[in-house]
Amino acid sequence: MSRIERRFAALRAEGRAAFVPFIMAADPDLATCEAILAGLPAAGADLIELGVMFSDPMADGPAIQAAGLRARSGGASVRHTLAMVRRFRAADSDTPIVLMGYYNPLYIYGCAAFVKDAAAAGVDGLIVVDLPPEEDAELAPFARAAGIDFVRLATPTTDDARLPVVLGGASGFVYYVAIAGITGTRSASSYAVIQAVTRIKRHTNLPVAVGFGIRTAAQAEAVAAVADAAVVGSALVQKLAETLDSAGHATARTVPEVLAFVRDLATGVQRARRGKAA
Amino acid sequence: MTTQPAIPNSFRSGPDERGHFGMFGGRFVAETLMPLILSVEQAWEAARIDPAFREELDYWLKDYVGRPSPLYLAGRLTAHHGGAKIYFKRDELNHTGAHKINNTMGQILLARRMGKTRIIAETGAGQHGVATATVCALFGLPCIVYMGATDVERQAPNVFRMKLLGAEVRPVTSGTATLKDAMNEALRDWVAHVDDTFYIIGTAAGPHPYPQMVREFQCVIGNEVREQIMAAEGRLPDTLVACIGGGSNAIGLFHPFLDDPAVMMIGVEAAGHGIATGRHAAAMTGGRPGVLHGNRTYLLQDEDGQIQDAHSISAGLDYPGVGPEHAWLHDSGRVSYVPITDDEALASFQQCTRLEGIIPALEPAHALAHVAKIAPDLPKDHILVMNMCGRGDKDVFTVAKALGVAL
Repeated sequence: MSRIERRFAALRAEGRAAFVPFIMAADPDLATCEAILAGLPAAGADLIELGVMFSDPMADGPAIQAAGLRARSGGASVRHTLAMVRRFRAADSDTPIVLMGYYNPLYIYGCAAFVKDAAAAGVDGLIVVDLPPEEDAELAPFARAAGIDFVRLATPTTDDARLPVVLGGASGFVYYVAIAGITGTRSASSYAVIQAVTRIKRHTNLPVAVGFGIRTAAQAEAVAAVADAAVVGSALVQKLAETLDSAGHATARTVPEVLAFVRDLATGVQRARRGKAA
Repeated sequence: MTTQPAIPNSFRSGPDERGHFGMFGGRFVAETLMPLILSVEQAWEAARIDPAFREELDYWLKDYVGRPSPLYLAGRLTAHHGGAKIYFKRDELNHTGAHKINNTMGQILLARRMGKTRIIAETGAGQHGVATATVCALFGLPCIVYMGATDVERQAPNVFRMKLLGAEVRPVTSGTATLKDAMNEALRDWVAHVDDTFYIIGTAAGPHPYPQMVREFQCVIGNEVREQIMAAEGRLPDTLVACIGGGSNAIGLFHPFLDDPAVMMIGVEAAGHGIATGRHAAAMTGGRPGVLHGNRTYLLQDEDGQIQDAHSISAGLDYPGVGPEHAWLHDSGRVSYVPITDDEALASFQQCTRLEGIIPALEPAHALAHVAKIAPDLPKDHILVMNMCGRGDKDVFTVAKALGVAL
């Protein structure tokens, strides 16, 4: 059983959904990001999505674009990101880490080498935004063979005819992108989210995580009531940005305020107890 | 077993059904766009074999764009170089002054066929933006053009032209605020407006079916050259030369000749300040394969796979990638790709203007500069065709500045 499966099984037993914060590796610098990462489990993160920066993030809105630019000047690279995971994993062997990013940096690192190094560092899953099922044969099978879950994205445009394509070979969980749009812009209605999660669950037994557009504890609670996980990215990254000085550097407020916001969001998710889950 | 790619029976059969040219091309897009891309492909597959679609496109190309464009023997330039016989394919005489409208006309007809009611586009120099705004005005569709804020500033006349045509120009400040960021922003717009919007991509790049579709719309260039050169010389040309940014004008000229082994083809990339300086836009000479904007191709990038900025005096060549079919033609050896610097292009820009009375755009001025290098050493019966893919009116301010002339 993978670390992701264990975590979702444990949460199912507790009768609640997972809270999944997203932070960009090396935003705003390596040391600050690492301090935030280390503090996330205690602040209520059940799984962690760690962004791998790319110069051209075509599915991301302004908040995550800005985080990527900060990370780039903060020294982000695939190598540094994996080193950060390795150090995190030395202290925490339970909290799954999923790397999220775009294909080119992984491709240039080399798919085989990347999968090997990521598995050794303690990475549990991959979300590669611009690698649809039609193109992922050069990465996904190697990831699975190395014990890394390959998480696929489903969106409002993924109809019932296409869902089996997306879900074929998916593992870990399914990430439902709640809006047809980029990160950090609009929010979906609760009704739309319920409809979508129900639809996806007709096609898979994998847990369904919902992201895009969740900005507050109340929204996280509403999503957690119907999905298996709520992902918050842009709002968290924006909170981090608000604590930086005018030159974009971390301040004494950065780590505590980001973690406080994580606690707040996690509390929202934990409120949404669902009794015995389906 | 060898790892070398086999020489295909035909260089004209690509891409495969998933949009791959060898290892290049493909469909590397977010899931939100996948169903949409598949529906564009479906509509395109139906349209390309529908005689009514072809007939409609031919009508607009003839009566509105002004095709066929002439194949002109550049006599004084030929005499000056003293070698190969140099012909210009005069695509700068098209409506809006470049080859871009061959493609925007085709794509807007497809958009109409699909019932799309809103058009988006990216533009660098503004030529594709103007060509898109033009066909949107013609068919009464709203048009939004994404343009890097840096380009908005340095291409003010084209920005005004687009606005006159009724388009909304949205300056893009994200990333490095150039063409690649404009393309990112157009893709973001598309992701958010999947129901009603058609994205008219300006070059033979992006996710499948765009590289194939744009190529087929631009092949009118090469198809005409084939007929015209047979009429003028009674035989096929020996050498074809075209500039390469994304590479749509070049693929349009080259593709109809790819299976004629005697026809040599040269794509000219922008070497900016020189390949060694790192300030250039020559993706094949100075880059390596990677994945960006929906396709795998040669890209300018650092050792971590982060995309680097391109540089060229020609805004139309100022892109860190190249169309995937060119990447494949490069690796298979069928087409040669060579670099030409800003300074070399500037010299040819002036030379052509004075000798032929034709002000070339800075993009084909790169191709002209390579012609200047090879023509003198070629025999007088060697037939060379260069694609004059755009006129230089848009560039006179840039050239004046580069030459230190205050206007």
